Amino acid sequence: MSRNNRRLLADGIARAIVYAMALLALVPLSLVLLYTVANGLPALTHLDFFIHVERPVGIPGAGVAHAIVGTAVMVGLASLMSIPVGIIGGVNLVEYGRARVASWIRLAADVLVGTPSIAIGLFVYALLVAPFKHFSGFAGSVALAVLMLPVVIRATEAAVALVPGGLREAGLALGLARWRVALQLVLPAAAPGVLTGAMLAVARAAGETAPLLFTGFGNRFFTTNPAQPMSALPLIVYHDALTPYPSLVEQAWGAALMLILLTLVVNLASRYALRRQIALAGKL
Amino acid sequence: MVITTAVALLAPLLVIVIVLLLAGGAQPAIRQFGAQFLVSSAWNPVKQQFGAEPFIYGTLVTSILALAMALPVGVGTAVFLAEPSLPRIRGTIGIGVELLAAIPSVVYGIWGLYVFAPWLLMHLSRPISERFGSVPVLAGPARQTSVLTASIVLAVMILPTLAAISREVVRAVPSGLKENSFALGATWWETIWKVILPAARPGIFGATVLAFGRALGETIAVTMLIGNRPQIQTSLFGPAYTLASVIANEFTEATGTLYPAALIELGLILMLVALVVNLIALLLVRSVAGEGATR
Repeated sequence: MSRNNRRLLADGIARAIVYAMALLALVPLSLVLLYTVANGLPALTHLDFFIHVERPVGIPGAGVAHAIVGTAVMVGLASLMSIPVGIIGGVNLVEYGRARVASWIRLAADVLVGTPSIAIGLFVYALLVAPFKHFSGFAGSVALAVLMLPVVIRATEAAVALVPGGLREAGLALGLARWRVALQLVLPAAAPGVLTGAMLAVARAAGETAPLLFTGFGNRFFTTNPAQPMSALPLIVYHDALTPYPSLVEQAWGAALMLILLTLVVNLASRYALRRQIALAGKL
Repeated sequence: MVITTAVALLAPLLVIVIVLLLAGGAQPAIRQFGAQFLVSSAWNPVKQQFGAEPFIYGTLVTSILALAMALPVGVGTAVFLAEPSLPRIRGTIGIGVELLAAIPSVVYGIWGLYVFAPWLLMHLSRPISERFGSVPVLAGPARQTSVLTASIVLAVMILPTLAAISREVVRAVPSGLKENSFALGATWWETIWKVILPAARPGIFGATVLAFGRALGETIAVTMLIGNRPQIQTSLFGPAYTLASVIANEFTEATGTLYPAALIELGLILMLVALVVNLIALLLVRSVAGEGATR
């Protein structure tokens, strides 16, 4: 074989391997989706699953209503805390940030994204559970808020940076104060991207287990009071999956399917919203 | 402006406060054991003996194994995704990798426990350990929840981080390099292997370190799959324990002052290691592909 043919052969083989690697990355995704849907659907076909709470093993009609409400309350509270703060922080990075300081804050936000979620759980335990000697949904929501904050900051920043400078200059030329330009011109123009980031953070928080283990803790009963310990869908998956009872395991799969559906819908919707943001930025 | 800056400073402040509070909570254990804690392999809550060594060992072994498995797939995917050809397939794989990152840890856990672990035991772990059991790394008895099971699922979980950031890094290589290489008659693969990957090496190294940091701190899926036994054993098919999973498993049951403090100290170790690893990785990636790449 001539040298050139050898090179072409090597090229062909390498190409095949690289393409195979890329396809291989999709295998676990399809397997996880397939099995979660197959194992989770039976639980979701019972109305009891959505409207009842835990019952002793063997008694039919158990459900996860308490966990659905717990997730909604804790993620909701966490959103109220982290999204406004994160948006302000993200806008600040672009509109006011001195380059050096902004770069450090960005670095800190990225470090916070990479912080082990279990460490955040321990941190909130030391901050809000140990002093009061009482687990609470509120502590759980603070842990989730710490997790969401850097995601919202970075997403807001990305969306705001896409807004063309001409819009800011037009506002300033009309004599608007800088904060009004940021708040009333730039932020609305960046809204789809900011909302996308916030929704992704919500989806991420809804799926987190580790920060809730010693904060929200879990609760077998229905409660909407964040001063009480609270259950959540990921906690149900974690605890029930490790039991030997088929009915509980089925419930765990059902809760896992709900979590997957939530993250899939939010992620696919966010792609659509982000495309609109980029199109919008092009028109301005 | 003062208000918004104060808000933005919340992120760095949080990192510092987390470290300080954990250090505070770990005080009883730090005073009792000192530096001995890091190298002691005793973990006996009844006798009040605590040491971090088995957990540090388990965390490092699973993370390194996961990285070794995810690296070729992640970089291969990144090279593929950075190419301009085949836009339709590329889009699909790009979405797929993003969704892989979006799946909650606990879902990987339940899937690993009921679908993957039994399959792995039947088709890989048990046959191999029965045939090659005399090699210490492959010694039996093989179990469903093991170092290998946890590492493979961990590899899947860090794959999106590796692929996404490597893609940004590969894209950041100046296109002139690539065009010159083609103009000189190099094939596609020669261009990738001898021109693009060497130019992207610091960034890919950064992406690898970042993925390593994620692997160190991954909690729930690993807790469900690693077997949770505080021992140092060499077999891939045996159980182990990690820093994050011992905290997840034992913290709510820890009574007295020393036991919870020892667990918080494990959390502090994890936090500090993750912090250093993340900082190194982020600075590396930024130096190559800019601050947007780590988003």
